[in-house]
Amino acid sequence: MKAFANLFLALDETNKTNEKVKVLKDYFTSVPDTDKMHMLALFTGRRPKRQINATLIRTWAIEASNIPQWLFEESYHVVGDLAETMSLLMPASESSSSKSLTEWIAEINNLADKNEEEKKLWLMESWAMLDSQERFVFNKLLTGSFRIGVLQNLVVKALADVTGIEAPALTHRIMGKWMPEDYTYEQLVQEQTASDDISRPYPFFLAYPIQETSEKQKSAEDLHLALGDASEWQAEWKWDGIRAQMIKRDGEIFIWSRGEDLATEKFPELHPFLYDLPDGTVLDGEILSFSNGKPLPFNVLQTRIGRKNLTKKILAESPVATIVYDCLEYGREDIRHKTQSERRQVLEKLQSQTSDPETFRISSLIQFDTWQQLETQREQSRAMIAEGIMLKRKSATYQVGRRRGDWWKWKIDPLSVDAVMVYAQKGHGRRADLYTDYTFAVWDGDKLVPFAKAYSGLTDAEINKVDYFVKRNTLEKFGPVRTVKPELVFEIGFEGINKSSRHKSGIALRFPRILRWRHDKPKEEADTLESLKALLEIGYEDETPD
Amino acid sequence: MAKPLLEFTDRGIYCEQGKFYIDPWKPVDDAEITHAHADHAYWGHKRYLAHHLSREVLLYRLGEINLQTIEYGETIVKNGVKISMFPAGHVIGSAQIRVEYKGVVWVVSGDYKTEDDGISTPFEPVKCHHFISECTFGMPVYTWKPQSQIFEDVNGWWKSNIEHGLATVIVGYSLGKAQRILQNLDLNLGKVYTHGVIENTNEALRRNGVILNPTERITSESSKEAVRKGIIIAPPSSVGTPWMRKFGPYSFGYCSGWMAIRGAKRRRAADRGFVMSDHADWDGLVSAIDATDCECVYLTHGYTATFTRYLNEIGFNAREVHTLYGGEEEDAEAAPQPSPGERELIAEDKDEHPSKVLSFGEDLGEAKKGAKT
Repeated sequence: MKAFANLFLALDETNKTNEKVKVLKDYFTSVPDTDKMHMLALFTGRRPKRQINATLIRTWAIEASNIPQWLFEESYHVVGDLAETMSLLMPASESSSSKSLTEWIAEINNLADKNEEEKKLWLMESWAMLDSQERFVFNKLLTGSFRIGVLQNLVVKALADVTGIEAPALTHRIMGKWMPEDYTYEQLVQEQTASDDISRPYPFFLAYPIQETSEKQKSAEDLHLALGDASEWQAEWKWDGIRAQMIKRDGEIFIWSRGEDLATEKFPELHPFLYDLPDGTVLDGEILSFSNGKPLPFNVLQTRIGRKNLTKKILAESPVATIVYDCLEYGREDIRHKTQSERRQVLEKLQSQTSDPETFRISSLIQFDTWQQLETQREQSRAMIAEGIMLKRKSATYQVGRRRGDWWKWKIDPLSVDAVMVYAQKGHGRRADLYTDYTFAVWDGDKLVPFAKAYSGLTDAEINKVDYFVKRNTLEKFGPVRTVKPELVFEIGFEGINKSSRHKSGIALRFPRILRWRHDKPKEEADTLESLKALLEIGYEDETPD
Repeated sequence: MAKPLLEFTDRGIYCEQGKFYIDPWKPVDDAEITHAHADHAYWGHKRYLAHHLSREVLLYRLGEINLQTIEYGETIVKNGVKISMFPAGHVIGSAQIRVEYKGVVWVVSGDYKTEDDGISTPFEPVKCHHFISECTFGMPVYTWKPQSQIFEDVNGWWKSNIEHGLATVIVGYSLGKAQRILQNLDLNLGKVYTHGVIENTNEALRRNGVILNPTERITSESSKEAVRKGIIIAPPSSVGTPWMRKFGPYSFGYCSGWMAIRGAKRRRAADRGFVMSDHADWDGLVSAIDATDCECVYLTHGYTATFTRYLNEIGFNAREVHTLYGGEEEDAEAAPQPSPGERELIAEDKDEHPSKVLSFGEDLGEAKKGAKT
C-alpha cells in the first residue's frame, strides 16, 4: 500500500506528462504483478465492490476523529472530497503496516460476509495503522470514489514502455469486463485473440472539434485550407445520443457505452437485431430515443439512463433505436485497419440484411460537392435534432482515442442567453473551497427566476474574482449554498431547451455553460423568461421540419 | 451597560476612550499596527504606532509616514488607555496589541502562530478579558507538521532538483515566509537567490538590525547558470511570469497553509506544495485562545462562523466579527494595497463624521456600501 500511496502522491506532485509517465513506470517495475493489475483496474475504473456503506464509514470516521458531526460536514465542504476529509481529520497513526495493495483489496472483499461490528473493528484498526497519505488512498478504495480520468493514457504509455507492447494494443487489452482477480499480468502481456474475452470492446475513435470555440467560426475557405478537397471527405449528422459499441460474438451480445460501462440490459429494444447479426460483428454508433422514425431530444433519453428498472412506462415513453456509423469487426476479423469507405460498405451490407431497420438504422451520408454546400447544410442541424456535422476522411482507419487528422466534429453554435448569478456553491476537487458552481436567473417581470446551473467556462482568474465577489456579497447561507446579491451578468450557452415540470422556471437547458462574463451589462439588461420560452416554441416547431 | 473599550467599526477596530484604531482599513488619525502586511497596515493614516522591528518594512512599503515604534512589553498611555505590544510569532515585528482601561484588558491578536519559526519573536499568550483573534485556519482539517519536518522535505526536494539538473524556485510571501525559508535552508546545498520584491524586504529588515542568511538579488546581469544551481525565493506574484520561466526547466514549490488540501494544491499547479503557514493551525488557535483565560473571544477573518460555533460548544464565549483582514496567505502581493492613484482617492474620501459601529455578524460588503451613501 505504501508504494501505491506514494504513486498517488508522486502523480499529484507533478504537472508534467513525462514525469508522470516516469513515476508510473517506476511503480510498474517495483511492485508484484498482482499489485500491477490492481492498480490498472483502479486506474481504468474497475473498483472493488463497496463493502461498507457510506453512512457507516462516515459515522465511524467521525468517531475516530473525535469531533462533532456538523464540524465533520463543514470540513467536508471545505475539502471537497470525502476520503481526503476523513484522512485529514483523524489523529496521526500509532503503528504502520506493510500490507500490499493486493492484500488490502483482498481484506476489503473479505468483508462481504462480516457483520457490522466486525467491519467496524477492522476499519478502526486499519485506520490506526495507516499514515495520512495511505489513509487517503485507502478511503478512496473503501468509498469506491476512485476516479482518475485522463490519466489512463499515461498509464498505457508507461505500461507500453515497460512491456514493449504498443499502446493501441494495450489500450484494447485493458478494455472489457475483466477484474484483477481473474486477469493476470502474464495474460495481459501475452499475444491475444478476440476469443480471450468475447465481451471486449475496441477503444473508441473520437473526433476533434474543428473549431475550438463558437467564437472562432470556421468558414468554407478555412475548411478547405485545413482539410483539403471536399471530395476526400464524407459527412454525417452529429447525433446527440449515447455513443455505444455493440458486439455480437459466439451467440452473445454486449452493448458498451463510451464510459466503458456495460449497458446491454439498459437497451432491450436493441437485442433482437443484435442477436440476428452474424457472429464476430462489432458496430459503433449512437443510441437515441426515437418516435415515429424521428430522433427525440436528448433529455427524453436522459429520463431512462440512470434508472435501475426499465418500467413499461419508460419503455413506451422513450423507446430507443441506434444510428450506426461504423463497423469495427466483421466475420470475426478486426477491420479497423480498413478505410472509412471500405468499412462503410461492410456496414451498408450488414444493415441492408437486417429485419429490423427501424432499430438498426444507418447514419445517412450528407451529399455535398463543396465546403460551401456543406456549410449551408450545417444550418439544418437543429432541425435534424443533430449537434452539427461529423467529417470523416474517406481513407481514414479506425484509430484509438481522440486523434487529430481524420475525424472532426463541426458543431453548431450554442444558443445563448444573458443571465444574472443568484446562488453560488463551492466546487470539488481542484476547485474545493472556491465558489465555482453558480445558479443563474432571468427576469420574469420584476422577479429573477433561477433557470440553470453552470460550472464551467470561466478562467481560473475569473473564478477567483467571482469567488471574491461571492464572499463579500452574500445575502443568505443555506448549508453550502449562498444567495448572492444579484449583480454579475454572464452569457450562458446551451445546446437545447425543453419544458420541465421539475424546475420553477418551467424549462430545462441541455449542457448549460458560461460563455463569458458580461462586465458590460448591468443586471437590468439580462434576458427574460419570456425570451427563453420563445426559444422553446421554435424548438418544438423544429421537431417536425416537414 | 457601559460601552465596550474596543468596538468594531467600518474603519477598523476602534477605541473611543483612547481615540485610536487598530489596523484600520480606512484613513484615520491614529493607527496602531499589529504588523506590516498590506491587509493590516494601510496607507493614509496620520500617525502610526508599531513594533521596532516593523519600522523599516513599514517605511519601505508605505513611504514617508509619521511612525512611532515601541518594544514588546513597553507601555504607552493615550487618554488613560494603556497600550502595549506582545509577540505574535506571525512574522518579524508582528505584535498582539494589549489595551487596558480601568482594569479591563482587551487583546487584539493580529495574525499569529504558536510554533516558534526561529526568526520571529515567539508567540506569547497574554491574559485578558476580551480577546480578538484571527482564525484563518479555523477548521480541524488544518494541522501543521513541525517546521523541522517540513524543511527536511524542502531541502530534500532542493537536493533532488540539483541532481536532476532542475532549477529550484520556492514561493512564499515576501515578508515572513521568505525569511523563514531563507533561515531554514541547508546552505551547504548551494546559494540563495532572491526576487527583487523579496530582496527589498530583506534589505529593510537588515536595516532594522535583523541578521539574515546571505542572499543574492537576481538582476538582468545574474548568470542564469549560476542561479539554476542555487535556490530562488520568489513571491507568489511571480508565478507563471516570464521572469520565472527564464529559469526553466525548474521545479517550483509553493509554501502555504492552504496546501494542506489537495484541491488547493492542484489549483496552484505547483510541482510541490509545502504545508507551511505563518498562521496558527486548528490546535494552535484553540490552545492560544484557551491560554488567554478570556471571558469573551471575538473571531475575525477566516472560518469565523464554524470556529465560533465550535468554541461555544466546548465552553468558550465566542462571537463572530467581520473585518477586512485576510488575503496575504492566498493572494499575497495582490492584497488590497492601493495604487498611488487610489491612495489619493482614499485620502479624499476621509471625512470627519464618526465611524459607524457594526453589529456582530453584519455583512461587510453591505456595510461598506451603506457607509458611502
